[in-house]
Amino acid sequence: MYTSLAFSFMPYKTILSPRASITTQDNKNATVYRTKVSRNPTMEKLQYNYLFPEISEREAQHAKKYPNAKIISLGIGDTTEPLPDVVASSMANYAYSLSTRTGYRGYGAEQGSKDLRKAIAETFYKDMGIQGAEVFVSDGAQCDISRLQMLFGSNMSIAVQDPIFPAYIDSSVIIGQTGDVEQGSGRYQNIEYMRCDPHHNFFPDLSKTARTDIIFFCSPNNPTGHAASWEQLEQLVKLAQENGSIIVYDSAYAVYITDGSPRSIYEIPGAKKVAIEVSSFSKIAGFTGVRLGWTVVPKELLYSNGFPVINDFNRIICTCFNGASRIAQAGGLASLSSEGFKSVMSLVDYYKSNAEILLETFESLGLKAYGGVNAPYLWVHFPGSNSWDVFNEILEKTHIITVPGSGFGPAGKEYIRVTAFGHRENILEASDRLRSLLL
Amino acid sequence: MSAILQNVSTSLSASTSTFVGHNNLKVIKPSHVSMAGRMSAVVKCVASPSAEKTAYKTNVARNENLAKLQAGYLFPEIARRRNAHIAKNPDAKVISLGIGDTTEPIPEVITSAMSKRSEVLSTVAGYSGYGAEQGEQKLRAAIASTYYAGLGIEENDIFVSDGAKSDISRLQVLFGSNVTMAVQDPSYPAYVDSSVILGQTGLFQKDVEKYANIEYMRCTPENGFFPDLSTVRRTDIIFFCSPNNPTGSAASREQLTKLVQFAKENGSIIVYDSAYAMYVSDDSPRSIFEIPGAKEVSLEVSSFSKYAGFTGVRLGWTAIPKELHYSDGFPVAKDFNRIVCTCFNGASNIAQAGGLACVSPEGIKAMHEVVGFYKENTAIIVDTFNSLGFKVYGGKNAPYVWVHFPGRSSWDVFSEILEKTHVVTTPGSGFGPGGEGFVRVSAFGHRENVIEACRRFKELYK
Repeated sequence: MYTSLAFSFMPYKTILSPRASITTQDNKNATVYRTKVSRNPTMEKLQYNYLFPEISEREAQHAKKYPNAKIISLGIGDTTEPLPDVVASSMANYAYSLSTRTGYRGYGAEQGSKDLRKAIAETFYKDMGIQGAEVFVSDGAQCDISRLQMLFGSNMSIAVQDPIFPAYIDSSVIIGQTGDVEQGSGRYQNIEYMRCDPHHNFFPDLSKTARTDIIFFCSPNNPTGHAASWEQLEQLVKLAQENGSIIVYDSAYAVYITDGSPRSIYEIPGAKKVAIEVSSFSKIAGFTGVRLGWTVVPKELLYSNGFPVINDFNRIICTCFNGASRIAQAGGLASLSSEGFKSVMSLVDYYKSNAEILLETFESLGLKAYGGVNAPYLWVHFPGSNSWDVFNEILEKTHIITVPGSGFGPAGKEYIRVTAFGHRENILEASDRLRSLLL
Repeated sequence: MSAILQNVSTSLSASTSTFVGHNNLKVIKPSHVSMAGRMSAVVKCVASPSAEKTAYKTNVARNENLAKLQAGYLFPEIARRRNAHIAKNPDAKVISLGIGDTTEPIPEVITSAMSKRSEVLSTVAGYSGYGAEQGEQKLRAAIASTYYAGLGIEENDIFVSDGAKSDISRLQVLFGSNVTMAVQDPSYPAYVDSSVILGQTGLFQKDVEKYANIEYMRCTPENGFFPDLSTVRRTDIIFFCSPNNPTGSAASREQLTKLVQFAKENGSIIVYDSAYAMYVSDDSPRSIFEIPGAKEVSLEVSSFSKYAGFTGVRLGWTAIPKELHYSDGFPVAKDFNRIVCTCFNGASNIAQAGGLACVSPEGIKAMHEVVGFYKENTAIIVDTFNSLGFKVYGGKNAPYVWVHFPGRSSWDVFSEILEKTHVVTTPGSGFGPGGEGFVRVSAFGHRENVIEACRRFKELYK
């Protein structure tokens, strides 16, 4: 049956409540028919809702409680600014062309359009020796992470940063790579949690990290905002080489880097033999709803028996997926044109300026806020606190949604993640409210 | 670059058509599908010894489930063969009746909704970011009322997706590796292949061309393309596609009642693929939920691909009744929702805007016209093969014609037709051992191409 919760991440209800609600009842009625199919035991291991639907639910509950409050969402990292005209019109035109005889297209290549694959390689992996044929276009990083888990299978061990975007852990549990959760710590058995805290520059002590097959590494990091340095990534690649591990490098926020930190794992020599890179148009072009991303699998990446990982990933893409929407791909291509790229980068700059404003706000309040320089996330420290309590207090008193740090792992317990996505006026308003609460 | 890598790059990038050929490293021989272990063997053979020794390998073991797969996914292989044929015969006008890819333009009522949504995303008032992972509420409601009116399936039971193929794999992730499954034989290959990938099966058995631990339910003309359920072992999951791809057969009300009863007796879950339901011409059921009791034992997957030409736009849905429960009483929909929230992030909002237009009154009318066009194509193909004296199945309730070539290898027939008429079809054995001796001809195509293809068939087989 449903497991009870014994640690700080308490969902609002014991049963999940996603953005759209499901009204089901506990099946205590013995006369209600049950199939003889066992529930997948891996699903039973999951302790709570996926983090972000939980935050949505809390926002909805708060809105009901305070119907006149102007809620400002600095919680879920959702883009807010309209698409540039050049991008939107490319998709509008493409959609229209599908109603013409000469323009209509059916199934696309599952790996994505050749043009887009090439444009991605040239835009983001220039001089790194990554070719279009190694780029697989997708409907987003979250989907790719799960497809990578299907690729790897259940007999893998994984390491993750702590704290971290929950999809790596949750997908690992679902695919059967983990044991049960440890009551108290909230950690799943068989996952290696690599503690990343400010005192060690948000990089794990690799000498203390047990070998795992796969190492998930997100940089710039969600939620801490830290962008790993060249030296740090060199160490990571070296560890992967020594251990024969595969790094899954999530670079979804690379375009937010301001200080010259590496934007791709493939800037590190030798990385192509040990790393897969996942990225997304979501935070580059505001495509959170349009759905477009990519995964790079270098040809040099081989399993222990010499079999190229790219061959199996291609098989997964051809069997478990049918390509990203052609319309989204048209938009992606437009966003990488010279005019398009300029326009999406100005959106990125807009969010970066938001982050600067928020950093100043927290600094003026005497709170230590990490991140916000290379990523659209601030990681604010409330020493000695429980992050859900802080989340609740901020929500109650200022009507601002944030995300409690423990949603990203046990190391996040005293932190709150604040996103920099929002209309400028809301960012300024939120700053005012925080000042009045915390001064 | 080493020879291994050269081959890999060739196989993955050589394509001018919809599919990139996969697994070019081996040739699929017509007479036997199984290529156990040859994949890695070819990789090794191609490399020079020194390159093999010095190429860095990680210490990560290949997922053995992927190694169980015998060949590339079927349709990229068909595409590869088509492309090879085009390359060899540059002047031939190759007609594709192989992969079931739609060819006719999407009705304007639908594309204009997608154009409009695209433009609206560039406005402050109209921009939206992440949508509900389960789909936009209006669309969920419209799908429920359009396809499941009066059947007790409501908007919150509908999960909008980027297509049935993705949903099938998400369902496999949901069910996990410890479930057993049954499929029709022949069947759309995604059910079997995703089952192998998720670790539900044993090894491929070359002699019978089946994966161990999958229950194959033979569907033949002799049994009316409905399995003799008294000979079918109990499995947890039963995949059932109707109208059927590839045979074109639509199960009758009586047959589906038997299926539901069978599932009920065995405590199984039916995954019902109704992607071709709008092609039904007689009074065969269009949804499993038309059968009393079905909601307690089934879920249904469908798609806009073959209704609205959305093969490239990417939009489908899965309907999971509230009444469907695991053995411990836990609702299946709840876990599927968790999967959708964690392993997916919603279908493209632009595609969903198109979907909403599809199920508007004008859109439904337009979809029926598109479907009607392909049905006319189907009739032409059926007439052609009938007139040539072939035993022809399907073609009434689905855009597929299942042509019998008794005693012949289906890959041989495929090759013969391709070589001699430059028409691409799909060999029946690609859909399972029960497809041997048959060829699937799909009815998607411009009218003139279908007519021309039929003229060529008549030439070849007169």
